[in-house]
Amino acid sequence: MNENATRIASTSDETPASTVDAGRRGFIGTAAGLSAAALVAPGVFLHSVSADPRTEPVTDSVRWGLLIDTAKCADGCSACVDACNRENGLDLQEPHGSESKWEHQKAVWIRKVKLQDNQTGRITNLPMMCQHCEHPPCVDVCPTGASFKRADGIVMVDRHLCIGCRYCMMACPYKARSFIHQPTTGQLTAVPRGKGCVESCNLCVHRRDNGEESTACVDACAQEGHGAIVFGDLKDPDSTISQRLREIPSRQIREDLVLNTGVRYAGV
Amino acid sequence: MKRVVYREWRIPPERYWSLLGFLAALIGIAALSFGYMEHQGHWVSGMNNSVVWGTPHVFAVFLIIAASGALNIASIGTVFKKPIYKPLGRLSGLLAVAMLMGGLLVLVMDLGRPERLIVAMTNYNFSSIFAWNIFLYTGFMAIVIAYLWSMADRQGGPFNYPIGILALVWRLALTTGTGSIFGFLVARQAYDAAILGPMFVALSFAYGLAVFMLVLMFGFEEEGRPIGPRMMRRLRNLLALFIGIALYFTLIYHLTNLYMAKHDSLEHWLLLSGGIYTVLFWVGWILVGSLAPMWILYHPALSQKREWIIGACALVIVGGFSAMYVIIIGSQAFPMAMFPGHTILESGFADGVNGAAAPYWPTIPEILLGIGGVAVALLITAVGVRVLQFMPESLADDVVAPDEETLDAAPFAKPA
Repeated sequence: MNENATRIASTSDETPASTVDAGRRGFIGTAAGLSAAALVAPGVFLHSVSADPRTEPVTDSVRWGLLIDTAKCADGCSACVDACNRENGLDLQEPHGSESKWEHQKAVWIRKVKLQDNQTGRITNLPMMCQHCEHPPCVDVCPTGASFKRADGIVMVDRHLCIGCRYCMMACPYKARSFIHQPTTGQLTAVPRGKGCVESCNLCVHRRDNGEESTACVDACAQEGHGAIVFGDLKDPDSTISQRLREIPSRQIREDLVLNTGVRYAGV
Repeated sequence: MKRVVYREWRIPPERYWSLLGFLAALIGIAALSFGYMEHQGHWVSGMNNSVVWGTPHVFAVFLIIAASGALNIASIGTVFKKPIYKPLGRLSGLLAVAMLMGGLLVLVMDLGRPERLIVAMTNYNFSSIFAWNIFLYTGFMAIVIAYLWSMADRQGGPFNYPIGILALVWRLALTTGTGSIFGFLVARQAYDAAILGPMFVALSFAYGLAVFMLVLMFGFEEEGRPIGPRMMRRLRNLLALFIGIALYFTLIYHLTNLYMAKHDSLEHWLLLSGGIYTVLFWVGWILVGSLAPMWILYHPALSQKREWIIGACALVIVGGFSAMYVIIIGSQAFPMAMFPGHTILESGFADGVNGAAAPYWPTIPEILLGIGGVAVALLITAVGVRVLQFMPESLADDVVAPDEETLDAAPFAKPA
């Protein structure tokens, strides 16, 4: 070291114009490195503490889906809709404009639909939401790739990439998506929303990422005692949803489009 | 035949500046409308979660397809070697770029997040026809600008024909791409039809030429430049032919739908009981926009009168807006067939309860934004013709080339 220092010193004697004080440079370098480490370390530490399910990448070893037994879906019950609105902060939406117009402009992620068979007169109630297709038309048409499908089958919108063109809404055969027509206030931390973006049911993705078991609509339906909606992993043959799908006849809405939806209906 | 001389548009300055001021005012109002819709959010527009594309898209798509149609005149001169159309090539190219710019601006100004345009420029999903269109549109502008250079600059002469062919192919791709934005949407009955691509090409022929003729006649009239009866006859007959082609595609589109039983309800609604959309289809698109102008243009006496030809062009444009309104908004208003054989009795999200169409009424900011796009197109054209030599001095019969196609080619047999 000393030798080096001497050598540098002697060299510097020879060419004073291009000298570099290696000792000082080393000191500054070490200091900068230490302060950077001191700044970053707590963040890294905190990050690793709260890590668990959120830091693990989503894999395609699961495919989340829903099975809706319309025979159990009660007429006039809106527990799933209310629960979804609470869970995702949609109940915080402030009406804008006239009431009739707002009905068509507010964001709706899940809705109740009451159908009547034209031939038989049979009435069916069911909840409709994003059907989480395996081949989602909304993902196909999105120019920026904001509309995407996660490895675990959840179809959702990247709110940082969405430019608000609404082409996905044109393409969705289930009318599952909503455009945020008004400024948003007081949104939930888990579900950030923003004016001018498109959004839809994401199977309570924040619950998935926190390793929770179910979705808000499923919980609410069970709490009401109906149990019309089952959530689970379609790829796991032993999951409740897979077992139920094996037992009872079910179908996809607009099966003709061959989108292989993650949401299945029994009794339609 | 004399040499064609191009000259800047030299109307009196006060007239020119008042025209420019008027257009700038329209653009300013549109900018305010944009700011209002952007600041407030789209709830101030008539658009909703059922009809997600509204009046701005009617203007934008009209301008975009009319832009590609306006370029036809240049193509006919260059690619199809009709010398009589050559003097019109420059104005045709300018108008094409200008209208595309106007249309795109409206489209961008209507985005939910227009400030993220850079995201659309840097993130592409190539399975989306929208993403392809971004390249088709920007490419079109670059090609047409090169095309204009090859027409106007002596050094560009040798490139004129190849660029002309490229421009023709590109404009066909562009309009097909625009039609395909709608044509491949399986979700909605009115859109799930690949014929919309070629149909948009056919519509673009008529709309582009109608706009071109109006601009040409206005520009020439203002400065007292003559348009001879021979040129007028060619343009007039071409417009009538294009209207006929557009009408043919419209007929085939609806006949196809009528043939397919599953689309019966859509056709019944659109053609008979669709309210404003039925009226716009029959009165706006078919009667006013197609049959009436064809009748004028083929009428032995009326077709000779300048005012009537202007009227016919204007009617084609009115019909074009009606057609866009029906295609874009009407097709969304018709409820989606999620549950065939069922009637929806109640719905928490307006799923067409008892077959009801989704509501949509244009609001003033939307209309003003759309008009702003038209004003941008006209402003670019007005500035272009003023500062550069886009318009020929005369299109009188003794100036324009005879109808023969290859005057400059060597004759097959030498005259005796």
